[in-house]
Amino acid sequence: MDMQRRNFLKIAGVTALAGISAPVVVNLTSSALASSDQGQTAVAHPAPSGAHGEDAPQGVRLGLLIDMRKLYGHPELLDKATAACHKVHNVPKIDNKKSEIKWIWKTPFANAFTDQSNNHASKTARENDFLVLCNHCDEPPCVRVCPTKATFKDKKTGIVAMDYHRCIGCRFCMMGCPYGARSFNWMDPQPFIKELNPNFPARMRGVVEKCNFCGERLVLGKEPACVEALKEVGAIVFGDLNDPQSEIRRILDKEHTIQRQAALGTKPSVFYIV
Amino acid sequence: MIEKALKGNSNYWMWLAFLSAFIAVGGICYLRQFLYGMHLTGMGRDLSWGLYISQFTFLVGVAAGGLMLVLPYYIHNYKAFGRITILGEFLAIASIVMCLMFIMADIGQPLRGLNMILHPTPNSMLFWDMVVLLGYLGLNVICGWVILTAERKQVKPPKWVYFFVYLSLPFAVSIHTVTAMLYCGLPGRHFWLSAITAPRFLASAFAAGPALIVIACLVMKRIAHFDAGQEAIKKLTTIIMYAALINAFFVGLEFFVGWYSNIPGHKHSLEYLFFGLEHHGHVYNNLVPFMWTSVFFCFGGLALFGYMKIKDAFNDAWVGIGCLMIFIALWLDKGLGFVMGGLVVNPLDEIVEYYPTANEIGITLGIWATGFFLVTVLYKIAIKVEHEVEG
Ligand code: SF4
Ligand code: SF4
Ligand code: SF4
Repeated sequence: MDMQRRNFLKIAGVTALAGISAPVVVNLTSSALASSDQGQTAVAHPAPSGAHGEDAPQGVRLGLLIDMRKLYGHPELLDKATAACHKVHNVPKIDNKKSEIKWIWKTPFANAFTDQSNNHASKTARENDFLVLCNHCDEPPCVRVCPTKATFKDKKTGIVAMDYHRCIGCRFCMMGCPYGARSFNWMDPQPFIKELNPNFPARMRGVVEKCNFCGERLVLGKEPACVEALKEVGAIVFGDLNDPQSEIRRILDKEHTIQRQAALGTKPSVFYIV
Repeated sequence: MIEKALKGNSNYWMWLAFLSAFIAVGGICYLRQFLYGMHLTGMGRDLSWGLYISQFTFLVGVAAGGLMLVLPYYIHNYKAFGRITILGEFLAIASIVMCLMFIMADIGQPLRGLNMILHPTPNSMLFWDMVVLLGYLGLNVICGWVILTAERKQVKPPKWVYFFVYLSLPFAVSIHTVTAMLYCGLPGRHFWLSAITAPRFLASAFAAGPALIVIACLVMKRIAHFDAGQEAIKKLTTIIMYAALINAFFVGLEFFVGWYSNIPGHKHSLEYLFFGLEHHGHVYNNLVPFMWTSVFFCFGGLALFGYMKIKDAFNDAWVGIGCLMIFIALWLDKGLGFVMGGLVVNPLDEIVEYYPTANEIGITLGIWATGFFLVTVLYKIAIKVEHEVEG
């Protein structure tokens, strides 16, 4: 196991060196217990077909599950997740709705789940905000429309990643994304970054950016920053959706979850328990 | 042949100077945008396409509109258009140049524009749009120039050029179809997600392009002794009428689908454009006056044409007014309403209205002025050649 894992890390390192900004995840793909018990490798766990209405998937597909039950009544926790993400990723704080940049933020139920709001929503749904971020769709329209492949799907992880140095800033991907997950740098972001994290590139003016599922942290064996920020309540679970043994899959198998705008066929990788 | 553009009377030079002033202002505005950033525009996180892309969309239509002159002349051998097909081709050239300028003005990293060619991505409609636009530009340059040169030498154009002429016909259709596909394949953008977008674009293009050419002909008749001929102008107004009617019919169909299905997403944009959209107690209706002006001008122009046909009255001034009304109507419909109406409700069901900034409008006017400058120079050359030949 260890040997395999190390090899896997190496591959990840190579991918990272090759300049691809979303390297491979390592230790989050299956729970440590399950994999050592069954001697599985971290790669490719074909799930039974039909699970979550999809064909038998291949390889790793990272996903994220937000258990809103643990966050109701605690808007400060939502802010904490946002702050953690925006800090490590040098997301500028621009107090202007027109030019703002956000990777993960809170919004009312009716805005997050536009197709599921109704006249008699529960008190919880009416009074709480929900966390929204890029869904790392399995069929991402943003990738489909990008004319330069600056937005692409990393086949090894399912992460929808971006190359900020290739993006021409046409904003076609922002038109394509039905979740409003993308932000454009309308101005130079540098003056709006309070504390620069030297370990993550700051963006330049004129390019698009969004949540990257913390690809840069995953290679280091760290969890996504938002997951870590809410560790105390364990509200966000991150892992391989294709691995039946992973924690996220065990919860998905047990609980009823919803996705944003599932009817559009984008196959989001972010799930919600509400 | 270029030298022909260098001789003209004082009006010609004054007009070019007038346009140059706009071009200069546009250039300065663009420099500001280039140096400081695109927050100088009215676009934002929710409304991330604006005036530039909508002008681009409209002008692709103007370029494609030349087809309505080229097709009858070359395919149906309709001789009355003999003198003006070159105008259609030259208008297409100027329009596409404007389109490319609008795209460059719109992208955040213009110096990386070549990435579209260095990393060709066939699944992106923007890639294909670039391919067909550059193709159409090239075809029109070749056809326009070769045919005009032949005319000047009073010889028949070489046979090979007809290959390019015929090739340009499907290209004209393709540029606007692919431009429509930029919009109509995006999940979650209900107003655009309609198979009628492409046909509607084509219909409005086949009215707007010829309308502009008729206006140009009428102007040139007064100031440059260039008479396109009554028959040609009459035929063009007929084409404009049908195309504008078909466009209006398609818009009507959008209304039917929206209101009869009663699906909010299909209704919101039209509601916003024509009646004002209510949201949390606030009515958003910035564009309502513009859209009703569009309706009024479209049907006003059609009525004028209809009256002239029935009475068999023909009057340059009326024709000019009718064409101008229809051109403005279609510009409001496509160059303003289509993009902004489609974006007013963002993916999170929030409403954001668009207010273009002065800097953005300066760039837009500058690019339009560049287009008019080009058209003026190209038409000047074309007319000079015709005058020489008729000598
Ligand atoms: S949520 Fe939007 S940006 Fe993220 S993968 Fe899906 S379409 Fe792309
Ligand atoms: S803005 Fe950048 S990432 Fe988005 S579609 Fe254009 S080139 Fe691709
Ligand atoms: S996964 Fe990482 S990048 Fe995405 S929202 Fe969470 S912290 Fe931000």
